Amino acid sequence: MNATSLPAEPRESDQRAQRDARHDRIFRLILKACALLVLLALLGAAASTLWGGREVLFGHTWEFLTTSDWNPVENKYGALGPIFGTLVTSIIAIVLAVPISFGIALFLSEIAPSWLRTPVATAIELLAAIPSIIYGMWGLFVFVPFMADHVEPKLSATLGQLPIIGALFDGPPLGLGILTAGIVLAVMIIPFISSVMREVFQTVPTRLKESAYALGSTKWEVVWDIMLPYTRSAVIGGIFLGLGRALGETMAVTFVLGNSYDIQASLLMPGTSISSSIANEFNEAVGTHRSALIALGFLLFVVTFIVLMIARLMLRRLSRKEGN
Amino acid sequence: MFKSMKTRIAIVVAAATLFSAAAGATDITGAGSSFVYPVLSKWSATYAEKTGNHINYQSIGSGGGIAQIKAGTVDFGASDKPLSEADLNAKGLGQFPIVVGGIVPALNVPGIKTGQLVLDGPTLAKIFLGKIKTWNDPAIAKLNPGVKLPSMRINVVHRSDGSGTSFNFTNFLSKVSPEWKSQVGEGTAVKWPTGIGGKGNEGVSAYVGQLKGSIGYVEYAYALKNHINYALMKNAAGKTVKPDSETFSAAAATADWSHAKDFHLIMTNAPGANAWPITATTWAIMYKKPKNAANTKVVFDFFKWSYEHGQKQAESLDYVPLPDSLVKRIENYWNTQFSK
Repeated sequence: MNATSLPAEPRESDQRAQRDARHDRIFRLILKACALLVLLALLGAAASTLWGGREVLFGHTWEFLTTSDWNPVENKYGALGPIFGTLVTSIIAIVLAVPISFGIALFLSEIAPSWLRTPVATAIELLAAIPSIIYGMWGLFVFVPFMADHVEPKLSATLGQLPIIGALFDGPPLGLGILTAGIVLAVMIIPFISSVMREVFQTVPTRLKESAYALGSTKWEVVWDIMLPYTRSAVIGGIFLGLGRALGETMAVTFVLGNSYDIQASLLMPGTSISSSIANEFNEAVGTHRSALIALGFLLFVVTFIVLMIARLMLRRLSRKEGN
Repeated sequence: MFKSMKTRIAIVVAAATLFSAAAGATDITGAGSSFVYPVLSKWSATYAEKTGNHINYQSIGSGGGIAQIKAGTVDFGASDKPLSEADLNAKGLGQFPIVVGGIVPALNVPGIKTGQLVLDGPTLAKIFLGKIKTWNDPAIAKLNPGVKLPSMRINVVHRSDGSGTSFNFTNFLSKVSPEWKSQVGEGTAVKWPTGIGGKGNEGVSAYVGQLKGSIGYVEYAYALKNHINYALMKNAAGKTVKPDSETFSAAAATADWSHAKDFHLIMTNAPGANAWPITATTWAIMYKKPKNAANTKVVFDFFKWSYEHGQKQAESLDYVPLPDSLVKRIENYWNTQFSK
């Protein structure tokens, strides 16, 4: 029995090794295909928006990129208004959301008693799961009247009276506009940023933190000097995940932004964004108008790409400064 | 026992599908304007009960409806904006009105009740141009003797999405104000000189409801259902009229259809003494030489049925059925222009 099974053994392990190698090859192929699929989808979307918007992108490039005159009746399309609205609302959202998310993540990972952590973390993840149209309706029916009645009159009475920055808070309290859209966006991206931050804060090794405490550091010093440098690239990654979402957000913004193509200094005035312009007008658009909207879609690709590139460069410079 | 029950149900279902297929029910597809969607869907439900033929209508917007009928993927398209003669001829298409509806100026002015304020075309144009900035402007006061107007700022609210409602509204303003015509013009989306944009009737009415001192424009059916405060209008004949089915059908009846080839006529600013000035219709667009004759026959049958029997339902949704004179004209157009 032994005699018969012994010579068979090396052959069996050979077979096994071959099989493993084959499986590995197939596995690698499948993974490659998955990654390629994403790349193909991205390139396909970029190429088809470029093709669909070719009439405006190539025919009226200069006019499209440098004017803010959006006039479907005369077939004139300048994209500056939507670009401006997209960038400004996203910047407001990031400026508001980052400190708050930072606070939430710190509270949950460092300060909150353990019985509180799970319910609060679940609540934040639930916030991330709310569809954006719900944020839009909430923004329109609840938040806009609140801004109009309570926040904006006070803003224009106080900050609006200051020199220079006063222009930012000047204007009638409509309740909707760039500032309101920025705040609604901030609420929408806080869950993303804070849950990424919370996850990475938990990866900081306890011995690092405890050494710092042992040297007499306060909680803030531990957070600022130990945890943040340790997790910085992941934290910035989380922020840019939020920023990406803010740049492309459509429905919620459409409801509260006011949809006006004029570029105005005041944050209380209505504006428009790239994605909300597309959502608003695509249904009824034909010919050049449709081409202009698709070109706007391509522009959103480009804007998002540039923003992510800047993020990469920032990260690289930071890590070079540290000598890593 | 459960099993036998299930089998029995399965047999009944299978038999039912078999029979309905055998009865030769035809599925018709249409696409386009969202303005007519409520009434078309109600008509098609009743029509399906009566005849077994189903009308699947997708409310994807007029632009989409035109694109789909040109591509030949649907049996009929519906548009809030008529196609030009050249456009129709290029593809061998014909068009005719489906139903009439109205557009009303929606208001939120403290102290002013619905139907209390009167506006006329030129004043409305000046408001939407941003030239009239406060509610107690002499131009508004002159039209409303005895009404106490507040010195409040006017907030203009328009549609942010491309829509047939905007098309008819801007068409009306272009007809009554040369300044509007040269500065803004007409279209499903235009460059609005002032104001904020709300998405859909619901967006506009939400903004108007929330912002004191605002004025917008919404479909009459929508305004009525949501108890939105509206203004009266002085029409082309100089008479002040109230928006309702009577003034809408007066507009449809007095519009000059006899000179409109392929019903290419926007009936805003109609001349009748009783006509509501911002009345609108939606056109059905079909091939004159149908690719699918059987389907096209059902489409004609459906529209004929809806002109004759669908009126009550249209009225219950606050649309206005076409006046008889116009229905006769349309049936004549079918007989002479279309090969069935």
